[in-house]
Amino acid sequence: MTEALLDVRNLSRRFAAVDALQAVNFSVEAGEVHALIGPNGAGKTTFIHHVSGALQPDSGSVHFAGRDVTKLSMHQRVAVGMARSYQITNVFLGLSALDNVALAVQGRQDAGSSFRFWRPARSETAMFEEARSYLEQTGLAQRIDTIAGNLAHGEQRALELAMALATKPKMLLLDEPMAGTGPEESARMVELIEHLARHVTILLVEHDMAAVFRLADRISVLVNGRLICTGTPDDVRADPEVRRAYLGDHL
Amino acid sequence: MAFYRPATYQKPVVLALLLALLALPPALTAFGQEFYIGFATRVLIFALAASSLNLVLGFGGMFSLGHAAFFGAGAYAAAICMSSGIADALLAFPLAMAAAGLLALVVGAISLRTRGVYFIMITLAFAQMAYYLFVSARSWGGDDGLPLASRMMLGGFSLTSDSALFYATLGCLALVMVFFGRLADARFGRVIQAIRENETRMEALGYPVFRYRLICFALGGALAGLAGALLANLTGLASPNLLQWTQSGTLLVMVIIGGVGYLYGGVVGAVILLMLEESLVGVTEHWHIALGLLLLGVVLFAPKGVAALFGKRHD
Ligand SMILES: Nc1ncnc2c1ncn2[C@@H]1O[C@H](COP(=O)(O)OP(=O)(O)OP(=O)(O)O)[C@@H](O)[C@H]1O
Ligand SMILES: [Mg+2]
Repeated sequence: MTEALLDVRNLSRRFAAVDALQAVNFSVEAGEVHALIGPNGAGKTTFIHHVSGALQPDSGSVHFAGRDVTKLSMHQRVAVGMARSYQITNVFLGLSALDNVALAVQGRQDAGSSFRFWRPARSETAMFEEARSYLEQTGLAQRIDTIAGNLAHGEQRALELAMALATKPKMLLLDEPMAGTGPEESARMVELIEHLARHVTILLVEHDMAAVFRLADRISVLVNGRLICTGTPDDVRADPEVRRAYLGDHL
Repeated sequence: MAFYRPATYQKPVVLALLLALLALPPALTAFGQEFYIGFATRVLIFALAASSLNLVLGFGGMFSLGHAAFFGAGAYAAAICMSSGIADALLAFPLAMAAAGLLALVVGAISLRTRGVYFIMITLAFAQMAYYLFVSARSWGGDDGLPLASRMMLGGFSLTSDSALFYATLGCLALVMVFFGRLADARFGRVIQAIRENETRMEALGYPVFRYRLICFALGGALAGLAGALLANLTGLASPNLLQWTQSGTLLVMVIIGGVGYLYGGVVGAVILLMLEESLVGVTEHWHIALGLLLLGVVLFAPKGVAALFGKRHD
């Protein structure tokens, strides 16, 4: 058996009175789209925080690409190939779409040191060309010079994704990329993710079940910090516990 | 936030002012006002010190209340160089910058693990520790400070005359401002400005935020050290008062009046504050009231600082 790209073992985390994650075992195979679903407050975002390194677990470990990354900080995990997008749009609202993505390109290890104090970054045409290509990929070709704060909500979601892509990740951690988007925008987002999935492994947290069942190779269900089921979309749809805890309201 | 961008007319204005400053010493001499050459030098030195804080505070987003420690450390380093026979500024100034920068590196390495009000307090605490260290260092003059036997040489030129020191200071300030302007537009400047806005997002893009902050903090410290070394030459003394937290406060006020995060914010603030002090201190001992009113006016009518009225940072 090939080793999983992401392997989370026995991960637990407690906030004051809430057991946000309870001995979660979870893995993502290279190349798959693995969706993580569950009711509000189930711990999905908390889980993403622990995988990406924004939070440290009380116990358990996170392995990525064959190494234990539990002790690595967020930026170190980006360097080994993880990139995340945020449930609540988290971009630089005062910068143009292009500058946002250029920052992401510039942060990459292979883009060279950023301890450069003299040469104007603007003159690095290769960097900006590359940033442009991510904006084109995510459907923002017409909005390159628009200030991020002036983009429509759906466009900001796409920009979030473009920034994650620009780090050239092995795996994308997408926390509700469709959150707050209209039907047209989310249809476009589904298409985009489908396209990206050919090149990059994806861990997808999403409430939009139509999108999840269309995109996911496997689905895991998190309820009250506990993983109650992992399987193919058909397995999950048929699981009685899942129906009771979550899908009942959605199907 | 947008990245800092100078107004289009900034360059010609700065060049014109630079030319005017070049003509200042002979002009003052011609009118028999040589005394003001020393004052003008002091303004330039504080412009440099305030600009170094603006790099840390305005661009790096680090609200340090201990910046005077590096200013003072530079002054002491210059005085110690002088007393141990290093009388050439070409060597002594870089040494002063290195000493202040190194101190900032250590202080930063510890302080930058904290955020918000803790960061303000811990930088203040370090600066006060440095202050008491120098006050109690007998061999460095204790609370009398460490005098310089004379002003330094700069290569083959003596800085003894007020005009010479003025030009040396102007040269330093000009070089630092050119560097500062380049830095703001370079990769490093974009990174620290983005970190100022949203450090978590920058971490999530793969930036080792701590390291960038630390380098920015140390760089600001080194430049403050340069200002300190110049001041020691001007006054002929490295005094522990330079490390007092009130001095940090003065630098902060300069940056806030001038414009936090505007390239020339520190310069504008230093000029306004020192001119105000100079013109009022002879008239009334209550000149601090005027300073208070000025601060109030800035906060009410130009909350981004005076430089913001001329340049732009926000779109
Ligand atoms: N920093 C924190 N401190 C205390 N409790 C927290 C913290 N972060 C999350 N929680 C709690 O942990 C639980 C899981 O929250 P989380 O945001 O991970 O849920 P989620 O599955 O992402 O929900 P949603 O679908 O609404 O986004 C919730 O009960 C939440 O209140
Ligand atoms: Mg969530």
